Amino acid sequence: MLKIENLHAEIDGKEILKGLSLEVNAGEVHAIMGPNGAGKSTLGYVLGGRPGYEVTSGSVTFDGVNLLELEAHERAAAGVFLGFQYPVEIPGVSNVQFLREALNAQRATRDEKALSGGEFLKLARGQADLLGMDYDMLKRPVNVGFSGGEKKRNEMVQMGIVNPKFAILDETDSGLDIDALRVVGDGINRIMRAPDKAVLLITHYQRLLDYVEPDFVHVLADGRIVRSGGKELAQQLESEGYVGIAA
Amino acid sequence: MMATRNAEAYAAANKTYEWGFSSDIEQEFAPKGLSEDTVRFISAKKGEPQWMLDWRLKAFALWQTMEAPDWSKLNVPPIDYQDAYYYAEPKAKPKLGSLDEVDPEILRVYEKLGIPIGEQKMLAGVVEDPLNEDGTPKRRVAVDAVFDSVSVATTFRKELEAAGVIFRSISEAIKEYPDLVRKWLGKVVPQRDNYFATLNSAVFSDGTFVYIPEGVRCPMELSTYFRINAENTGQFERTLIVADKGSYVSYLEGCTAPMRDENQLHAAVVELVVLDDAEIKYSTVQNWYPGDENGVGGIYNFVTKRALCQGKNSKVSWTQVETGSAITWKYPSCVLAGDGSVGEFYSVAVTNNRQQADTGTKMIHLGKNTRSTIVSKGISAGRSDNTYRGLVRVAPTAEGVRNFTQCDSLLLGDQCGAHTVPYIEVRNPSAQIEHEATTSKISEDQLFYAMSRGLDAEAAVALIVNGFAREVLQQLPMEFAVEAQKLLGISLEGSVG
Repeated sequence: MLKIENLHAEIDGKEILKGLSLEVNAGEVHAIMGPNGAGKSTLGYVLGGRPGYEVTSGSVTFDGVNLLELEAHERAAAGVFLGFQYPVEIPGVSNVQFLREALNAQRATRDEKALSGGEFLKLARGQADLLGMDYDMLKRPVNVGFSGGEKKRNEMVQMGIVNPKFAILDETDSGLDIDALRVVGDGINRIMRAPDKAVLLITHYQRLLDYVEPDFVHVLADGRIVRSGGKELAQQLESEGYVGIAA
Repeated sequence: MMATRNAEAYAAANKTYEWGFSSDIEQEFAPKGLSEDTVRFISAKKGEPQWMLDWRLKAFALWQTMEAPDWSKLNVPPIDYQDAYYYAEPKAKPKLGSLDEVDPEILRVYEKLGIPIGEQKMLAGVVEDPLNEDGTPKRRVAVDAVFDSVSVATTFRKELEAAGVIFRSISEAIKEYPDLVRKWLGKVVPQRDNYFATLNSAVFSDGTFVYIPEGVRCPMELSTYFRINAENTGQFERTLIVADKGSYVSYLEGCTAPMRDENQLHAAVVELVVLDDAEIKYSTVQNWYPGDENGVGGIYNFVTKRALCQGKNSKVSWTQVETGSAITWKYPSCVLAGDGSVGEFYSVAVTNNRQQADTGTKMIHLGKNTRSTIVSKGISAGRSDNTYRGLVRVAPTAEGVRNFTQCDSLLLGDQCGAHTVPYIEVRNPSAQIEHEATTSKISEDQLFYAMSRGLDAEAAVALIVNGFAREVLQQLPMEFAVEAQKLLGISLEGSVG
């Protein structure tokens, strides 16, 4: 589904990714772990198409398409979802309005019919129910005044509504208490655990992986994947730290 | 030489432009230039009574002694008042009984202007079927169409008449209701008020008159579309709305203009009079041609709008969405004379490319326990300049005044300007005045977040800007709000990327 080959990327002239390669197949969950400053969030932004991140060499294909040639909104329409570490506030724009416009823009790009207000609301409420989010929060401005946990929960509601093929989740577990962690973990499994879908979980800690069991774990250090393994690698990291493994 | 230029201008005005949609309707012009003769020509053309002509001439004499104001933050190129036409009307036709008889060319212009489908249907369907089966009116908007300078069609007249509401072009009103017009014309904006208002008083071409009788709630929204059609024809609209005791009216004003390379002057005057316990809600969407991206062409928009809240507990609410014009100079104001009267001003002003806007309001608190609210949202993009200029004045006799002002500016890009110039003059110690102001840039985080959810750059900007302006947009009547939201997006096209 996703194939990254020898990816080099920089921001403001500073190289962050230094020859990263990774292949993710349909039905798989991959966890990317690594110390601060290793390039984890940069990887998410490069895959999501954030302006300012320049790919200097290497390639990324998604379902055979050169992902790097697509703008951010085209990647979304192609089925790529980026869950933000710090979800952004958009004052004055309700969650419902934001997501309906976004979803219908994706659908238009894919030549699908737009959802009516009623159809969308039904979909949104269904997802809110599954993630234990108040309908009231659907009406509130996007992420404005939300707690850290509510923001992350809102990201999952968005993911459920968009129903992507491939999700990159950047530290979705940060700022969550144990109960919220379980809800979010269940959400990821429910929405994304399918034979035709895949997930890239970017995380510092092992604890989310208790709920979302990865098929592969990779250690990212200094812009490269330095080690890959199964879920036991995450446990090893948790007990030994990055220092020994990344060296 | 002059004759040649006249002929050229005339030819140009009658030419159908491939892109600019100058429409092909015969014009009758006043001779070019401005003199006492021009004023007499206009008055004679309209068959006005002597008192009206005298009033105009007095204003013209005053105007000749005045100079254009230069206190704004606008860079206004010199305007040659002798190089313009002051009167143009569609060639005389038999008086129209219904919209069916309106020149199809004019209806086609409406379509090009993007008047919403709903209202176009309304325009078309008005004569045949104004009522639903249960007898209620089908549409709640009445349109008085001002095409260039002369009102060519007024709809819904019957239903309004049944309610006792007078909704006329001001030319008609001068003849049909001379006492009412004479009583109030120039009482809110005096002839000598300012350079542009004085000019308007001398040469106003047409406009709208509304009178809501005591205790009447106007049964529908009233709406006028302004449209500048003839090249080089200054537009001098005059609007007068009188809300008698305990009455209510919501008035919508929407404006557009076709592509032009030559600058066009527009100097309108709007006067509102509100008596005891009455309310006027006045909403504007202004979308005149702003000039091209290099600042060539575009309308110069010098408008004087003022409301006199004369009665106790009277209320005026101005809502404006200003996206057009090369230059906007406009300060819809409230004189809060009646005790307990309320003034509101909600404004969104968008400037892009080389546009300049200097806009805001004046809240003059004279009566006791008067209250005012000002919410201004300025959005600047391209190389434009956007200034909020507002005055809150509390007279010594005005006890218990409250004002709340909020001015927010949003910048797109780093070559535009946003300025806030609040004047606060308080002469009564019991007043409570609050002023909040913010300036922010549209953030890359917001843009990327919205794009990563599927919106392209322009849709993302439109969404964020609409969110920023929400408090103002939600003051607009529903039909207008949808139009205005789209307009904000369209106005900012090309400002990112």
